[in-house]
Amino acid sequence: MKVLMFGWEFPPHITGGLGTACFGMTRGLAKQGVDVIFVVPKAYGDEDEQAVSLRNASGIRFDLTDKEYKEYWERVKYLEVASNIIPYVGPEEFQKTVEAKKKTGESFSSNVFSDQYAFSGGYGPNLMEEIARFALVGSALALKEEFDLIHAHDWHTYPAGIAAAKSSGKPLVVHMHATEFDRTGENVNTLVFAIEREGMEAADRVITVSNLTRRIVIERYGIDPGKVVTVHNAIEQNVTREIADIKRAMKDKVVTFLGRITYQKGPEYYIEAAHKILQKDRNVRFVMAGSGDMLNQMIERVAQLRIADRFHFTGFLKGDDVDKMFALSDVFVMPSISEPFGLVPLEAMRINVPVVISKQSGVAEVLEHALKIDFWDVDGMADSIYGLLHYNALSQMFKKHGKIEVENLKWENAAVKIKEVYKSALEAVK
Amino acid sequence: MKSICFYFQVHQPYRLRTYRFFDIGGNHDYFDDYNNRFIMQRVAKKSYLPMNSILLDLIREYGTAFKVSFSISGSALEQFESYAPEVLDSFRQLAETGNVEFLTETYAHSLVALQSENEFKKQVQMHSAKIEQLFGLKPTTFRNTELIYSDEIGRMVADMGYQLMLTEGARHVLSWRSPNLMYTNAIRPKLKLLLKNFRLSDDIAFRFSRQDWEGWPLTPEKYVNWLTESAADSETVNLFMDYETFGEHQWAETGIFKFMQQLPGRIFANSEFGFATPAELGQQLQPFSAIHVPHAISWADEERDLTAWLGNDLQDEAFGKLYALEEKVKRCTDPQIQKHWLQLQASDHFYYMCTKWFSDGAVHKYFNPYSTPYDAFINYMNVLADFTMRVEENAASLNDDFKAFKQAVSDVSEKAEKVARITAKATRKKVKETVAKTKDLRFEDIKEMSDASVKKLLKEIEAEELKLALKGAGKELTEKVIPNLGKRAKKKFDELEDEVRKVKKSDIKKVRDNIEKKLKDLFG
Repeated sequence: MKVLMFGWEFPPHITGGLGTACFGMTRGLAKQGVDVIFVVPKAYGDEDEQAVSLRNASGIRFDLTDKEYKEYWERVKYLEVASNIIPYVGPEEFQKTVEAKKKTGESFSSNVFSDQYAFSGGYGPNLMEEIARFALVGSALALKEEFDLIHAHDWHTYPAGIAAAKSSGKPLVVHMHATEFDRTGENVNTLVFAIEREGMEAADRVITVSNLTRRIVIERYGIDPGKVVTVHNAIEQNVTREIADIKRAMKDKVVTFLGRITYQKGPEYYIEAAHKILQKDRNVRFVMAGSGDMLNQMIERVAQLRIADRFHFTGFLKGDDVDKMFALSDVFVMPSISEPFGLVPLEAMRINVPVVISKQSGVAEVLEHALKIDFWDVDGMADSIYGLLHYNALSQMFKKHGKIEVENLKWENAAVKIKEVYKSALEAVK
Repeated sequence: MKSICFYFQVHQPYRLRTYRFFDIGGNHDYFDDYNNRFIMQRVAKKSYLPMNSILLDLIREYGTAFKVSFSISGSALEQFESYAPEVLDSFRQLAETGNVEFLTETYAHSLVALQSENEFKKQVQMHSAKIEQLFGLKPTTFRNTELIYSDEIGRMVADMGYQLMLTEGARHVLSWRSPNLMYTNAIRPKLKLLLKNFRLSDDIAFRFSRQDWEGWPLTPEKYVNWLTESAADSETVNLFMDYETFGEHQWAETGIFKFMQQLPGRIFANSEFGFATPAELGQQLQPFSAIHVPHAISWADEERDLTAWLGNDLQDEAFGKLYALEEKVKRCTDPQIQKHWLQLQASDHFYYMCTKWFSDGAVHKYFNPYSTPYDAFINYMNVLADFTMRVEENAASLNDDFKAFKQAVSDVSEKAEKVARITAKATRKKVKETVAKTKDLRFEDIKEMSDASVKKLLKEIEAEELKLALKGAGKELTEKVIPNLGKRAKKKFDELEDEVRKVKKSDIKKVRDNIEKKLKDLFG
């Protein structure tokens, strides 16, 4: 079986969990005998191509006098309307990009119809234009490549998926890693919502990363439940990242939050729980690692509660520093208000850090050895953290079984399920 | 003659380096040495050195008629010593002219006056000693960090023996009164106060180069006119400002140096003003009245209050957590901890956390190492977390040392007691043995005996015998025996008086021997 897969990012050039998930998934599929042609807007040349054959959309030229492309363009041109909408990664990244471009005097506009097009592959102000161009690439590649089925990840690639399906007549599977509701709460961007819905409606099968997401897809987007299948994400095994032998310089226990500091991640509930614990036990240090539009507000809250001597902010962490942070942690907390899946707790568990996660996260559906609380239940969160810090038997059990549990969340297993979905999609079009 | 009193503030803090969460507990290197050196050398070159040389020239030109005063923070002095010793030399030259007064302040350029009287006194004493050591002059005038003043701070300063202090002529404190007179503290009237004339000071310090200001360009002529205008109710016009005004806040290109070079000449020629140091004014001027300042004032911003350093949650949290360590730091012996304790108190750290200017975007940027107050707060708290751990460790180890010492003392005393007990036992035994040996009792020993024993003995002896035995015995012995005689025996004894007048010595001896025998029988 051969799959034409569209993604927006691929390791090592990633900004979020999407690229990581795509990478693991393609490796799992390779083990199940599925070949993948993976298309990204911009390839850097240092991607791991063991499991996929990578296609760089920036390298594909168009002859726009060609009638066929013009015809296809009619179908995707609605994308042209919005050229700077709130992008995927949130306002602060958007603002940074706009400012940087202003400084360099770089223009926002370029022509989708030019012979050659340089994708940024990011989530900047030209996002909508890039998505449109990516769709053109999709339809071109669909005519050139040989494959059985199309698989598109998240809304950015849905127009490309639809275009490829239309020009090739092959079945389409779209994969919902996150919905617009997860990203923005109720302040949904209607254009993004429309692209998501159109993608799912055009698809023969929709894969959601959790039942939580599946419910949103059915209830909020009105998608036929019969074609929506949950395949939980997994985690890359045998990762040979060396976790340096980090000497703990502090004798206090350390509790960590790691993620974007935005409304959806529930940072304020974590702070309130920290405050409760510190009233009982001063020998704990809390860390909030990450950056985001709510960071300053959170700093003020911590100062206001007079716990800043025990509550630390690290700013955005990358690579080694993330591992270092886990190595220093005794408990990891993910209090997300809405989290389609949530990979970070699995990373923590893999290196023996017990976790407290919100019930409003997809990962809560697959984990046994994690303490689960409602994101708003500050008392429950405080209790859980306190318990893991003080009752050795509990944390030991969680460490031991948690690690085993994570080791069983293999992409190979997820790939089996995905392959099943492929089969049913192929059946459906017959 | 009316006076102009110049006081220049010289201060550079120890700026922190970027100190990350991961550094806590492992890295005790808090300060950005590179940047601190860079800034010190740059300001020295652009401001301190050229301005010192201008002042020196003016003093040479006008002799004792031209005078100024300085307050130089401890952290600035230390950084001169490390990074720009030539600046220190040029200040020494100014000191040697005798026309320059050096004021004293808190060594750390801290806000400690708002927090702790003990620590405040310590820092003032430290600073005064440093000034004396460097310039050979013992300061007699006090100025607090950022001219922060309240009745209570004035009270503390007066109680340290100072008779003069500088502060801001804040409008909400003075109301209709002129800043150009001498005032006194409301609690300790002995403490005189010189107040900053903020309008004429800020004309130079802040507005000099502002082209949208109606006074621009400011010339010495114009300035002397303004001085004269305000002179009607004046005894002294106090011009207090940051020394970095010259060449750093106002660049050389603005003409600030030239202005200062020409100003004294213009003043001597066209006005009734002369120059005086604060200490001289303290001697000359009579106080106009007391001023009441229940809430602290400072020389900062429009509000002239503390909100540049304290008041928002970030500042209050950092300030509170810092001073919560005071008692523990006192117990620490590590000199590095003591040094960092001072450096972390500098008011600048709290100033960087100010959010007042955030809204209008006009962030105070003068050598502020942080892009936002939040960055400043996080960095400071990270450093403070590490510092706190060190203080607690040091205090704990001292505590351990003390415990060990106490244990040793108790061990030693226990052993000593044991030894003493053994010795005492041995001694007692020895005494007993000695006593046993001397059981050979003599007649003379009677005087050493208890009354009860004497009575017992007397029962065995006939009155005649006794009479005889006491013949020639010492007074002491007789007085020991007589009162112990029973009534009847006494009577008999007295009756015998005359009969025994003439007796042989040998008879006496015989009787005494007999008594000694009885003694041995009874007590031996």
